[in-house]
Amino acid sequence: MTLDAAWAVDWTRRSAASVAEHRDELVELDRQIGDGDHGENLSRGFRAVVAKLDALDPPPATVGDVLRIVATTLMSTVGGAAGPLYGTAYLRASKSGTATELGPDGVVALLEAALDGIVTRGKATVGEKTMVDAWTAAVAAAVDAADHGAPPSQVLAAAARGAQEGARSTVPLVATKGRASYLGERSAGHLDPGARSSELILAAAAEAAADAD
Amino acid sequence: MKKLINDPQDVVAESLEGFALAHPDVVQVHTDPLFVTRAGGAVPGKVGLVSGGGAGHEPLHTGFVGVGMLDAAVPGAVFTSPTPDQIAPAIAAADGGAGVLTIVKNYTGDVLNFETAAELADADGITVRQVVVNDDVAVEDSLYTAGRRGVAGTVAVEKIAGAAAERGDDLDAVAAVAQRVVDNVRTMGLALTACTVPHVGGPSFDLGDDEIEIGIGIHGEPGRHRVGLESADALTEKLLTPVVDDLGLTGGEQALLLVNGMGGTPLSELYVVYRRARALLAARGVAVTRSLVGNYVTSLDMQGVSVTVLRLDDELTALWDAPVRTTALRW
Repeated sequence: MTLDAAWAVDWTRRSAASVAEHRDELVELDRQIGDGDHGENLSRGFRAVVAKLDALDPPPATVGDVLRIVATTLMSTVGGAAGPLYGTAYLRASKSGTATELGPDGVVALLEAALDGIVTRGKATVGEKTMVDAWTAAVAAAVDAADHGAPPSQVLAAAARGAQEGARSTVPLVATKGRASYLGERSAGHLDPGARSSELILAAAAEAAADAD
Repeated sequence: MKKLINDPQDVVAESLEGFALAHPDVVQVHTDPLFVTRAGGAVPGKVGLVSGGGAGHEPLHTGFVGVGMLDAAVPGAVFTSPTPDQIAPAIAAADGGAGVLTIVKNYTGDVLNFETAAELADADGITVRQVVVNDDVAVEDSLYTAGRRGVAGTVAVEKIAGAAAERGDDLDAVAAVAQRVVDNVRTMGLALTACTVPHVGGPSFDLGDDEIEIGIGIHGEPGRHRVGLESADALTEKLLTPVVDDLGLTGGEQALLLVNGMGGTPLSELYVVYRRARALLAARGVAVTRSLVGNYVTSLDMQGVSVTVLRLDDELTALWDAPVRTTALRW
């Protein structure tokens, strides 16, 4: 089983739906340790992405084509730190998704490229209470699954579980990057909103892949 | 939430629509993408000055567009930095052929988006230099955070760099004087209440009726600690002392004192703070030779104040005094 452009479109639509559904939760998480705009910004961005996809005829041919649209639309509508971070993640992922169909290694490469983009743009490392914590755990789990011969949908399922664990791991951390770092010790005990949205987006990828099977 | 808005999604656009209608002699508002330029556009041969950031801090930055200050300002959504595809056209619109200086407050989102925009503008052949304002002394251990935030000191950077550009300095010189202001300006703020962000619909952070947050940024995000209710004089001392200490200001020096309201505090209270800050500086032998008191870098309807001190020399004083004609600052 492989994943194609239709999967990427489905992933994107599910991401948009999930981010919209969790908008208020993301706002509240960000309100606690940031300035409360994450849910609003990301749902505004994904609404614009879906509108862009709806207007495309013919539909994009490759996973990379879909992800490039996501990247440019998020960069031009989200703002804040999330816009450039997710935008760069999707842009790098799009460059690794140029084949018409992705196998397990292709999925791993895509996730690694996304993480690499986030790290390059945000200059954060693991343990600083950012979305990097979710993505790093997701990539590690995906690599492990692929190494054990899992098909793409299982690789993404592992990535989604990894992201969830990575996001949860941010709760006790003291933030040293991003807006939450201004809280210092007081940032501990809160789930990082960027890690949480990353978890939602990777869960959407896994759900879309499960349906494609 | 009780606010004079129609739809939270439309606040920024509708506000700028009104702004454009009210001040056609000073500014022009571009809607797609959204940015503000001075009326008449770029001045040929003059270094262009561009700043921007989340909306909700008015008059920053749109109120400082005009002769003697900014050539363009780029507002994002409320408390959210603008996007590169807004900033890059604003840079292009501000370029009179002598290059553009961007003045960016040190917030992760602002820095990322302005950097990306500068790369886009550079690819279009426009020379862009950037200064990052990081005047907020509330952020301790800045090695372990995203660094000090850019807050009310930004007004001084924009005013003085604007005057340097207006008198014909080249891009390197304007960037150098802007950096000199950044190096010599410090700020600390406090909040009596949180503000209400339109798309959140409630207070932006939780603060008890008997609590005061010391060391806020311009979104209310904290920096140092919370204290109970105290007198204006005691609170002013808590703001001024770290500012002057960090600046290393000593007796015999001259300074500009800016007391900035966060949007919801009456001017009378700002002057109470000014009075005490002035006395504290005098006690240290620092001569306040220039002053500004009012709401310049706000957080919507937050009650609170910040105290900014800029070390002055003859050149910075002359540039501060140079004529300015914007909607929020003019002399």
